[in-house]
Amino acid sequence: MSKGSMVMQDGSLALKPGYADHAADALRDLHQTGDAVFVDVEPHHEPASLIQLGFWIYLMSDCLLFSGLFATYAVLHGHTAGGPTPSQLFDLPYTLTETMFLLFSSFTCGLATLAMNADKKNATLGWLAVTFVLGLGFVIMEVHEFVGMVAIGATAGRSAFLSCFFTLVGTHGLHVTCGLIFMAVMMAAVAKKGLTATNRARLNCMMLFWHFLDIIWVGVFSLVYLSGVVH
Amino acid sequence: MFGKLTLSAIPYTNPIIMFGVGLLALVILSTLGAITYFRKWKYLWTEWLTSVDHKKIGIMYLILAGLMLLRGFADAIMMRTQQALSYGSNMGYLPPGHFDQIFTAHGTIMIFFMAMPFIIGLMNCIVPLQIGARDVAFPLMNNLSLWLTAAGAMLVNVSLAIGNFSRTGWLAYPPLSELHYSPGVGVDYYIWALQVAGVGTTLSGVNFITTILKMRAPGMKMMRMPVFTWTSLIANVLIVAAFPILTVTLGLLAMDRYVGTHFFTNALGGDPMMYVNLIWIWGHPEVYILILPLFGVYGEIVPTFSGKRLFGYTSMVYATVAIGLLSLLVWLHHFFTMGNSPGVNAFFGISTMFIAIPTGVKVFNWMLTMYRGRIRLETPMLWTIAFLITFTIGGMSGMLLAEPPADFVLHNSLFLIAHFHNVIIGGVVFGVFAGLSYWAPKILGFKLNDTLGRAAFWCWVVGFYVAFMPLYVLGFMGATRRMDHYNVPAWHPLFVVAWVGAVIIFAGIILQVAQVVVSIRQREQNRDLTGDPWNGRTLEWALPSPAPAYNFARTPVVRDRDAFWEMKQRGVELKSSTFVPIHMPRNKATGFIIGGFSFLLAFGMIWHIWWLAAICLAGVLGTLIRHAFDDDRDYYLGADEVRRTEDLHGRVQARSV
Repeated sequence: MSKGSMVMQDGSLALKPGYADHAADALRDLHQTGDAVFVDVEPHHEPASLIQLGFWIYLMSDCLLFSGLFATYAVLHGHTAGGPTPSQLFDLPYTLTETMFLLFSSFTCGLATLAMNADKKNATLGWLAVTFVLGLGFVIMEVHEFVGMVAIGATAGRSAFLSCFFTLVGTHGLHVTCGLIFMAVMMAAVAKKGLTATNRARLNCMMLFWHFLDIIWVGVFSLVYLSGVVH
Repeated sequence: MFGKLTLSAIPYTNPIIMFGVGLLALVILSTLGAITYFRKWKYLWTEWLTSVDHKKIGIMYLILAGLMLLRGFADAIMMRTQQALSYGSNMGYLPPGHFDQIFTAHGTIMIFFMAMPFIIGLMNCIVPLQIGARDVAFPLMNNLSLWLTAAGAMLVNVSLAIGNFSRTGWLAYPPLSELHYSPGVGVDYYIWALQVAGVGTTLSGVNFITTILKMRAPGMKMMRMPVFTWTSLIANVLIVAAFPILTVTLGLLAMDRYVGTHFFTNALGGDPMMYVNLIWIWGHPEVYILILPLFGVYGEIVPTFSGKRLFGYTSMVYATVAIGLLSLLVWLHHFFTMGNSPGVNAFFGISTMFIAIPTGVKVFNWMLTMYRGRIRLETPMLWTIAFLITFTIGGMSGMLLAEPPADFVLHNSLFLIAHFHNVIIGGVVFGVFAGLSYWAPKILGFKLNDTLGRAAFWCWVVGFYVAFMPLYVLGFMGATRRMDHYNVPAWHPLFVVAWVGAVIIFAGIILQVAQVVVSIRQREQNRDLTGDPWNGRTLEWALPSPAPAYNFARTPVVRDRDAFWEMKQRGVELKSSTFVPIHMPRNKATGFIIGGFSFLLAFGMIWHIWWLAAICLAGVLGTLIRHAFDDDRDYYLGADEVRRTEDLHGRVQARSV
């Protein structure tokens, strides 16, 4: 007896050999096979869909972490305590260039995804390398900006405004740095083992992370830099 | 070389602390000695410490929680003793600085290292079984969560012997917790213990949400999930929503203390009230993270021991979701006295009162489930009834505190202390004990000793009322929390009564320790051979006790709520004649190693031993990267092996012709 992907064995359902074992398929077929009591479905451990959902949930928790920092910035950004104000410190063209590095890195990251989906290992590695360089450029520009501020006495300890400026922007920068390490590890893994299922699932997570950081940066650029100069 | 750490950090001049340290050292050394003597190191390492089996991880969480309950209670009874003695000319036996550390450690330990490991331990032991899953979604990450939590607990306890603990109260309000007012390592121990454990908890949240959403047995729709699984799901959603805020808050406080920023200081634009807002944006959801899973426990126990379906399942689910949402909108009721406008206070007062509605729905659902049921007063049911009464009283005193004008009078008084112990002991602790006595056969394979369990129950309930009802009265009389000394004659008798209550609870705890020891010794007499000792209703009871490593040899098909009850009604045969190989995750040391590095990383940060911290940070990263290149993660348990295991439990049917 056989229906869809399932076969009946001794009163229980089993997956046909060679059929992709998705619980959803088993569930669908179940409605067609009235009286099964047990299924011998063998779910994969950590299949890509579990990893994907788990990573999304992690990203949402990270998003809430940033929301805490954004809220702190929103409350404290006017507390300059007689120190430098946002409009005295921010150089919009410089930050815009920095932003472009990150936005273009998101674009090239997307091209890496396309290459991965087309099974092109070398193209994937190539676009990841471009993304890495752009991301590194962003981090270097940010560090350069910080060093410049500290040099004129605008340190994190100068005022509550500067405390939350350095912490919010710095936490984002730290995330980008972690993303770069993640990317380097993934490039090594792909170079060594190719575009295996595991590597694809992880690359997808890495790319999600990278785009997520881009979105957070849009928030940072708008709330911190743009509105700081407008005031 | 060793940062701020010198030999003088060990408080060898303080006999009370040294006695505690000695006791702790004795317990640890004798445990290590026993393991060595019985040559169990290899077994412990391969079968437990590196295990990725959710059931074993759950048991380790429960052991951690049980030990921390003892430590937290030791703090509690020391405080009660101090307050019973320290009246008038008698200054008691604890100097203020020591007393302050004790109440801080008590709160921190009880919430983070007793209650949290208990609920996450219960979820680990039960949720995958209830939904018919093989394991959790990310078994190795589950092991990592455990070791991060354990590392945090270790840090709090190490502070007893090396240095000191925070003196700021369990939420470390600034400016008191800032470097200027708390220059020692106490607050740093607090910050790093919670940061390390908090990462573990967040990962647990991610793990359980994914597990519950993705790994349910075929046919188990959302509205067929057992209530414990439902409440665990919502609690884990709250964990993922709230714990990142705790991470940020403590991170910013650490910035103030380590880098000299001004988030919460009094100087250069800092705002201490920002901290208080942030910490309670985490803190209020946290109390619902604690209580919701236990609401689920009661929701399993009441139908089982009433022989009835749960009354109002749908309303129970919606009430749980509503409580989850409302819990994010009430944080400001913890500081009505901050100086907000009346409109703000009114909003948060009313939103707080709204929570009574879904909670009331639940209380009535439990009562109506019992109504006209065939009630069996087994120990889990006793705890549940005690909960219903105690928690309702606690809830009502909470409604009084939700009124901003009343709160202005009662704020920071012992009335508040009585209120939250009323809901946390009456709700969370009783729920944990109810759940442990209910699921012990499933977790351990044998029932716990009933006589000692009942005796412990009566000591706890009576002790609770004797210890905490006087605190309501003391609160009305003006006694504030965290006092190491007072001069009001009228207060003294009530403090003595409260002390007597604590002693009665102590008797209950001794009985519980005895219960565990006696139950293990008599395990052969009390073994659960059926897998279903209580005539249960949910899928975990369809398994043999204790469940085999792979849980279900064949995944059950769910057709109704109370899936196992429905299977029993249909007369489903649990024995099987054919078996298939089962895909299993392999045990790994990765979680333990990262936990160990995290502990040393935190220790290095606390004592400003920067080289140690740097090495350990590199160690964490290196271990993660090494793990990424490890492909040997799983194996297949052969069909013969599965058949042998099932045969041990009498679950093999001779092949029919």
